[in-house]
Amino acid sequence: MTGFLAQVLNGVQYGLLLFLISSGLTLIFGVMGVINLAHGSLFMIGAYLAYVLTAASVPLWAALLAAVAGGAIFGAILERVLFRHFRTREHLDQVLLTFALILLFEEARAFLIDNQYHSVPVPAALDFSVPVVGDFAYSAYRLAVLAACLGVAALMVLFVERTRVGAAIRAAAENPEMVAALGLDSRRIHTLVFAAGTAPAMLAGALAAPLQSVYPGMGDGFLILSFVVVVIGGLGSIGGAFWAALLIGLIDTMGKAYVPGLAGLAVFAMMALVLLWRPTGLFSRA
Amino acid sequence: MMTSAGARGNLLLALGGAVVASMPLWAMPYHVQLASTALIGGMFALSLQLLVGATGLVSLAHGAFFGLGSYAVYLLSQALGGAPSVFLSLPGAMLLAGTAAAMVGALALRTQGFFFLMTTLAFGQMLFFLFHDTPIGGGMDGVFIPRPDLIWPVPKAWRAPVFLWLNLGVLAAMYAGLWALMRTMFGHALLGIRANESRMRAMGHDVQRLKLAAFILAGALAGAAGHMAALTDAFVSPELLGWHRSAEALLMVLLGGIGALHGPILGAIALTTIQELGHLITERQKLVEGLAILLAVLLLRHGLAGRSK
Repeated sequence: MTGFLAQVLNGVQYGLLLFLISSGLTLIFGVMGVINLAHGSLFMIGAYLAYVLTAASVPLWAALLAAVAGGAIFGAILERVLFRHFRTREHLDQVLLTFALILLFEEARAFLIDNQYHSVPVPAALDFSVPVVGDFAYSAYRLAVLAACLGVAALMVLFVERTRVGAAIRAAAENPEMVAALGLDSRRIHTLVFAAGTAPAMLAGALAAPLQSVYPGMGDGFLILSFVVVVIGGLGSIGGAFWAALLIGLIDTMGKAYVPGLAGLAVFAMMALVLLWRPTGLFSRA
Repeated sequence: MMTSAGARGNLLLALGGAVVASMPLWAMPYHVQLASTALIGGMFALSLQLLVGATGLVSLAHGAFFGLGSYAVYLLSQALGGAPSVFLSLPGAMLLAGTAAAMVGALALRTQGFFFLMTTLAFGQMLFFLFHDTPIGGGMDGVFIPRPDLIWPVPKAWRAPVFLWLNLGVLAAMYAGLWALMRTMFGHALLGIRANESRMRAMGHDVQRLKLAAFILAGALAGAAGHMAALTDAFVSPELLGWHRSAEALLMVLLGGIGALHGPILGAIALTTIQELGHLITERQKLVEGLAILLAVLLLRHGLAGRSK
């Protein structure tokens, strides 16, 4: 029973990390119509940033802040320099350009850091277990990751749904011409959206660094799974991404715990079912 | 509109083929093998052109069908307890890859645009995980496989030239077949979908079935390319199914030009050359390939085959 509870919490926590990544993917797609295959690499960059900073004895919380700030700045630069010009390109061009970015990010990491596996220690202040129910205790750091992800998710929903800037972003997704006619600068909205989509992906990498090994291909699995999340949740829907991410996180974790061997396939079977039933996603308005 | 090479172009292609066929006479064995790699890349990219250039579908599952074609040889040799005949392994590879393409296509073609990209990527990776994480394909490190039997046993010294000629023959057959296919009603219908899908639907064409047929045929041809890779290398690994290979095939198509049927062959030769030259200059393969893609997408709008006339 305690093992089952631990798996549920692991699944929720994995799903929330997935949400941090896929929310940016779906936001950027919804507003700009750009597909970014290099989104998984941002997760990897965030994790390596956490590794480099903590290895230089910077505390992890500072590394997390650096990942958010660095992610926002990096995202804004990427949008200004590259994605702004890709927006109207064909799918084939977008796929290949973002594939090129993956290769260049990999090479930059190999050049600046290395190609090795690393581990990031759990911060000492959170390196203990919290009793949850009866004799079941759960890692305090994992609980903190859970809380942090929920906090970021709430902030993102509040930002998009409740602020003036968020309203402008939603308007830009719905009707770009109208936004331009109202005198809003859609280019600034795009830069902002890219920054807001990149920061949580890098934060997710930094948060996950103490939970798993930091290694070159760590973003690949997350990229594929966040695509599955976006397909199930409905493209452009933050709320859909949230529930779909939790679902996928739970299915994947439970599957790996109880049906090893076939676990990797369970999420794809789930996606196949959703495609048969509602090809535009479970939470799309269409 | 999809152009083909034209009378003069086909003559040039045939001349190029003759030069490649004569390579064992004057080139080093290493370069003969490299030419085989380029020819297999040409088959793989040519099969993808049926989706990208002809029908206007950008799929990221194509690498998985290529890899399935390779693994078909392994699975057959396991089932038979030895090397299968090439007359069994080639149709077997196409059947396996085509069946997988039928299943992936039936689901993924329910979606459009970016959704299609994402679902093909996800299902392609599912097939990759199937061979990477479960023991059905001999494990994540790959396995050496017995080469399918040709009609006559090939002495070791003759292996590189014989496989070169075989690969050249398969590529030529594939090119000729697709050239003829694009002149049929079916080929014209695919081009119509690429040009204007809703008009084709309004004219009463069953667009969904046409797309699925193209997807299955392209998958089966990718399987044939994968089969030839397994025959040439006698080694299969899960990386053959990965989506990076799909992206590489798309790159070959783009390098050669999406508007020309013979473009992917030029693109495969170009990519193999770029990768080989990159090898000579630097260890940093990904840097070379990444920069090549950036340049190709930003500068080479119509590919090596040029603008359609």
